[in-house]
Amino acid sequence: MTLAIVPVGGVVASLIQLVLVALGGPLLVGLMAKVKARAEGRVGAPIGQPLRDLRKLLTKERLHARHASVVLALAPMVIVASAVVAVAISPLVSTHPLLGSSADILVIVYLLLTGSAAAALGGLDTGTAFGGMGSSRAMTIGALAEPALLVAVIALSIQSGTSNLPRIMVDTLAHPDWVLAPSRLLALGALLIVVIAETGRIPVDNPATHLELTMVHEAMILEYAGPELAMVTLGEAMRLGLLFSLVANLFLPWGIATHATALSLLGATASLIAKTVLVALGVALIEVRSAKLRLFRLPELLAGGFVLSVLAVVTGLVTR
Amino acid sequence: MSTTYIASLELASGAVLLSAVMTLWRRGVRSIVTMLSLQGIALAAVAMVLALHEHERALLVTGALVFVVKGLVVPTLLRRVSRLDPRSRESRPLVNVPASLVFAAVLIVLAYVVGTRITSLAPSHATHLAPLGLATVLVGYFMLVTRRRAVSKIVGLILVDNGIALVTFLLTSGVPLIVELGSSLDVLLVVVVLQFLMVSMRHHSDTDQLTEMKALHD
Repeated sequence: MTLAIVPVGGVVASLIQLVLVALGGPLLVGLMAKVKARAEGRVGAPIGQPLRDLRKLLTKERLHARHASVVLALAPMVIVASAVVAVAISPLVSTHPLLGSSADILVIVYLLLTGSAAAALGGLDTGTAFGGMGSSRAMTIGALAEPALLVAVIALSIQSGTSNLPRIMVDTLAHPDWVLAPSRLLALGALLIVVIAETGRIPVDNPATHLELTMVHEAMILEYAGPELAMVTLGEAMRLGLLFSLVANLFLPWGIATHATALSLLGATASLIAKTVLVALGVALIEVRSAKLRLFRLPELLAGGFVLSVLAVVTGLVTR
Repeated sequence: MSTTYIASLELASGAVLLSAVMTLWRRGVRSIVTMLSLQGIALAAVAMVLALHEHERALLVTGALVFVVKGLVVPTLLRRVSRLDPRSRESRPLVNVPASLVFAAVLIVLAYVVGTRITSLAPSHATHLAPLGLATVLVGYFMLVTRRRAVSKIVGLILVDNGIALVTFLLTSGVPLIVELGSSLDVLLVVVVLQFLMVSMRHHSDTDQLTEMKALHD
């Protein structure tokens, strides 16, 4: 309520989170590519490759299609800006980030959704067949993942009676047995499916391919080049980093800083990196073991996620 | 001790319902049978946890029986059937998988709404979980009605039985050992009989198809 006192600890925590996710997101993408390559018997690109790609893209010239409107230029900024805000207010390193009291799960979900909507509009803007197809597929997947996500959010908020993320983290730290409650486990299963769908990883979309029949996200950003492509890629990598670290923190909240001391922030940073790498390794293993689903089989997967989250809500209400 | 009892009871009961939903989700008969086996083990775990909490030796024996029959023997028999019939790997449901999953969600909510009215009559940690058993029964019936394959129908039947067993465990801390023995062996017998029936059915349909193909050829 008082605007006079700017919480220094919160500002520092948010800055650490931003740097971590902006650098760590592309590194996570590189790590997953490396794990997949190793599992397939290849050497693979170095883990830092996505960062080098970004640096290379930033030095190229800006190019727009002739019929492109202002939407094409605006979309990358919206993607990055929404990711930045979502990262800054989420409880990743500290339970008291800047504006943490407004870091409701729904707020973060819809911030990320703003980014996806901007990406879809950017894909549609040039009027090419590929971009339109990619946008339509991405929006279909997003719409199918939405119910599962919202019901999972309800399930997560049953235990602590609020959907404020920092609050949930604090309450989970106070009640460690909540992590193993069936409702939390089911909600996390549903969340994992949604995260895989939202970040376009393998059972849903193949991030490594440019084959016209399979691509969703790559088709959508086909018209981007140079610094704008770098921004879109960075925004997507930050989303991935944010979603993975949120899942990691909801499942294993230990290590997150509850006070803004230098030592606890340092420890929280290390533990966040370890936890998120663990989640990324898990997702990479899923990718290695499974084939991409046909687009028409996707509703099955996402309906499964929906049932899991409904189960989570019901078990949460039953065991309350 | 009390919190571990509650937590493990919740976890095991949740696993029973989860594996019921997973049988609707998966297509291959092989993975469906694996889910059924997991459900049997989870059901046995519920009985064991209750037995340890209430110091009932009879319930412990019941749990062991459930583990052997529903966790090991019945799935092994079903797996053998599915190996005999290569076509039964893919089940073709009357209602497609996404729709049946959404329907399962509706059934689970229905079971919750109805079940909590009943369990509020005698509230305790165990009875609160009874709606999960009720939901398992409903999901089992749904599977029984909408699946075409004989193996899937047997699985549906066993889901109903497991759901009823879960409700009885949670509400009454288990029926007398002799009754549970009877019902478990009943299920085993049903599976054995259906196995023979299915083998002969397959035999018939195969010969039928073969003659049809010959007729076309002529």
